[in-house]
Amino acid sequence: MSEIANTFTLDGQIVQFTPGQTILEAALDAGLYIPHLCFNPELKPHGSCKLCTVIVNGRSGSACTIKAMPGQEVQSSTPELDGRRRLQLQMIFVEGNHFCPGCEKSGNCKLQAVAYDLEMLNPHFPHFFPERPIDASHPDVMIDFNRCILCEQCVQTSRDVDGKNIFALAGRGMKSHLVINSPSGKLGDTDFALTDKAAHVCPVGAILEKRVGYAKPIGERKYDEQTIREQIAADAEGGL
Amino acid sequence: MTHLTLSLVEIATPILDRHHNDPTRLLQILHDIQDELDYISPETMEYLANKLEIPITRVQSVVEFYSFFHAKPNGKFRILFSDNITDRMLGNKDLFDHMLNRLHLEPDTVSEDGLVSVGMTSCTGMCDQGPALLINNMPITHLTPRRIDEICDLVKSGLPVSNWPSHYFKVDNNIRRADELLATAYNMGDAIKAAVAKGAQGMLDEMKRSNLRGRGGAGFTTGVKWELCRNSQSDERFIVCNADEGEPGTFKDRVLLQSFAGHVFEGMTIAGFTTGAKQGFVYLRAEYKYLVKSLQIFLENMRAAGFLGQNILGIDGFDFDIEIHLGAGAYVCGEETALIESLEGKAGRPRIRPPFPVTCGYKNKPTVVNNVETLCKVTEIARRGGAWYEGRGTRQSTGTKLLSVSGDCARPGIYEFPFGVRISDVLEECGAKDVIAVQISGAAGVCLAPHEFHRRIAFEDVPTAGSFMIFGKDRDMFEVALNFAEFFAHESCGFCSPCRIGTSLVKDMMQKIAVGRGTKYEINEIQRLRDQMKNFAHCGLGQTAGNAICDCITKFRPAFDKHLSSRDFLPAFDLELSLARSREVTHRDDADAHLGAK
Ligand SMILES: Cc1cc2nc3c(=O)[nH]c(=O)nc-3n(C[C@H](O)[C@H](O)[C@H](O)COP(=O)(O)O)c2cc1C
Ligand code: SF4
Ligand code: SF4
Ligand code: FES
Ligand code: FES
Repeated sequence: MSEIANTFTLDGQIVQFTPGQTILEAALDAGLYIPHLCFNPELKPHGSCKLCTVIVNGRSGSACTIKAMPGQEVQSSTPELDGRRRLQLQMIFVEGNHFCPGCEKSGNCKLQAVAYDLEMLNPHFPHFFPERPIDASHPDVMIDFNRCILCEQCVQTSRDVDGKNIFALAGRGMKSHLVINSPSGKLGDTDFALTDKAAHVCPVGAILEKRVGYAKPIGERKYDEQTIREQIAADAEGGL
Repeated sequence: MTHLTLSLVEIATPILDRHHNDPTRLLQILHDIQDELDYISPETMEYLANKLEIPITRVQSVVEFYSFFHAKPNGKFRILFSDNITDRMLGNKDLFDHMLNRLHLEPDTVSEDGLVSVGMTSCTGMCDQGPALLINNMPITHLTPRRIDEICDLVKSGLPVSNWPSHYFKVDNNIRRADELLATAYNMGDAIKAAVAKGAQGMLDEMKRSNLRGRGGAGFTTGVKWELCRNSQSDERFIVCNADEGEPGTFKDRVLLQSFAGHVFEGMTIAGFTTGAKQGFVYLRAEYKYLVKSLQIFLENMRAAGFLGQNILGIDGFDFDIEIHLGAGAYVCGEETALIESLEGKAGRPRIRPPFPVTCGYKNKPTVVNNVETLCKVTEIARRGGAWYEGRGTRQSTGTKLLSVSGDCARPGIYEFPFGVRISDVLEECGAKDVIAVQISGAAGVCLAPHEFHRRIAFEDVPTAGSFMIFGKDRDMFEVALNFAEFFAHESCGFCSPCRIGTSLVKDMMQKIAVGRGTKYEINEIQRLRDQMKNFAHCGLGQTAGNAICDCITKFRPAFDKHLSSRDFLPAFDLELSLARSREVTHRDDADAHLGAK
């Protein structure tokens, strides 16, 4: 097949892809931004947050799971889709307990960054205020389940990269929650280590290194300098 | 070792042996263990994880996902009332309260002596003979206050459910209208022989000719599905019979499995013959666990007669066998990829599609998932041919369809009609009068008002998986919508954020309306959330979760308005009421201790 055939359009722009790539991967490689949250380029797509929802040839689907195909017409940056994404973010925010001003991840948090970028101004819905005690049993890492968005990036990384299987999702519906693989259910009773890759994949402030609070002041952090959209464009340029 | 661990080992060892320590059989193992120990304690989870060589979290994940597994003691007797809208219309709530009173219990709390607990569960598929309950997975139908008293007495006597008089567990078929499927006499092996005579390719051609479409809801052409599976490169293939029948208001698969199991099993065997699969599974919802024994006897008889097992009909290499696999109370497991996850011994979270099961299903091998009724229809095609089959029904919807009719009518039960039958004809036949609405295809389906009763049951008009719930003139359609909202919030698998959070937000808003604090604002919000789930959710559950509720809002608006406050907005939180406790503590009740000018 010729090179030219392997293109699709994203909001009218032509995007090249390598066969096997998803729409989101190809777009990111081209420096084009499709909002996303649970996607991590190093892991298998999870497809649960649905922020990356686009319209492909007239049908809704997740850009992070749909394979790029020659000739696809993909819509992403439309007022309707961005409105839905904003609504989706509001839903995600009220589900957990996100007190961003007091969160050590603020400024480095993808959820917050995407919400800023999409101009989500308020949570809109009544908060669920779930009760989720934190786990501080581990000497070097703490887990604040209040901020967990159930993206399973820690689950995948611990299982597939670290080979340890420390995390899993349990429960159903709104009772879904992250659980830890030890008889006590505590992180301190596992062989989890700060050097594990899984200690550093959480897109939000749920898995945090202890004793490094605010090393870099809020205001000078990753997404304080550049929006997530600008950062992705810059990353793509650096990679070219 | 403590006494408890010793008995755990004694109880678990034969169970684990029976299941070959196979983690894909985790749900079956948990069912068997729970039958003995009443619940799955953390100690049991740890023990099983060690024995099966899987993480404890995998066991915990499964136990917490399925409604019928319990991580806490639930009593020797676990009673669950079916809570479909049809049960509610038949007064299940009063009977529930009556039982709680008699047993001096709170809902979902075990009695102090550890004897019994009573709760609610989603539709148990007994809508034509409700109100119904399950006691230790055995169904009791036609509940009356008197029957509840008798059940309470038996519970208090401590007699194991297996020793109760069998008449309590009688489940009726209520076949009201029989056509090709229900009226034809069964002769074991006829269909398999007819298929074999055609050859695998010949049978596939007949299937495609028949234009049979799946009866589980989506209406995919069965012949095409089989062909995709047959043509997928693989050393192994599987046939799965979807007997999860979780859609509220449907129960036709229960009747087929109870009295037409031969059709189901032969349909599966023919699917195996045609696609080259050698193993079949029946994924049976736990609510129908009472059928397992009779199904297993039927399978034994088929094996003995040479219609299952190795070299069927003496044909070299025609091997096929069937295993029954129990679900554990999760509606989403009717979705075919969630079903496959469950069949592999995991929580039933739907997979990313594509790949579809026909190329990558059970154990990542090509797998055909077909509904119980679809598989029965296969035997008709094998016996009488695709051209004959195509002659019944409509062009796009060939053959007959079973309808599970319940709600306000004289004769609830199973009706077999050729596709194309009008809603009004079904209503006439089942003796329904003064109908204000019919809910077609369950909570995930559509709600039709009288001006639509001329429409036809068919994929090209009103498609249905079979549920047909009738609402008479005194029914409050708001209550119907509320029941569906509660159902979806309870059954969302929780994987994707639109459905997980959306179904709960919708439920909360509906409950807010129910207590008189809802306004037009909530009505608009519910419609916005429906659109969100329809466009953003990962699987059919979330995509359809708001449909029937919004149908009710559009078509039965006065029923909603009656419950609405005339204000623009009221917070769910009642500040005045919340201050009651402070007033009590401070012994104040003066005007200043109340909000606003009273
Ligand atoms: C939430 C959900 C629940 C479902 N429940 C069932 C069910 O109980 N039984 C069934 O046969 N199909 C059910 N389906 C449809 C199945 O995914 C699948 O399409 C069907 O089993 C295919 O069989 P068929 O082609 O014979 O209809 C459900 C789908 C969804 C999205
Ligand atoms: S802890 Fe973080 S990485 Fe793990 S599931 Fe929650 S949000 Fe995702
Ligand atoms: S739509 Fe609902 S049931 Fe389906 S995957 Fe999402 S959360 Fe689970
Ligand atoms: S990024 Fe695609 S669903 Fe989350
Ligand atoms: S700022 Fe996003 S979770 Fe803390």
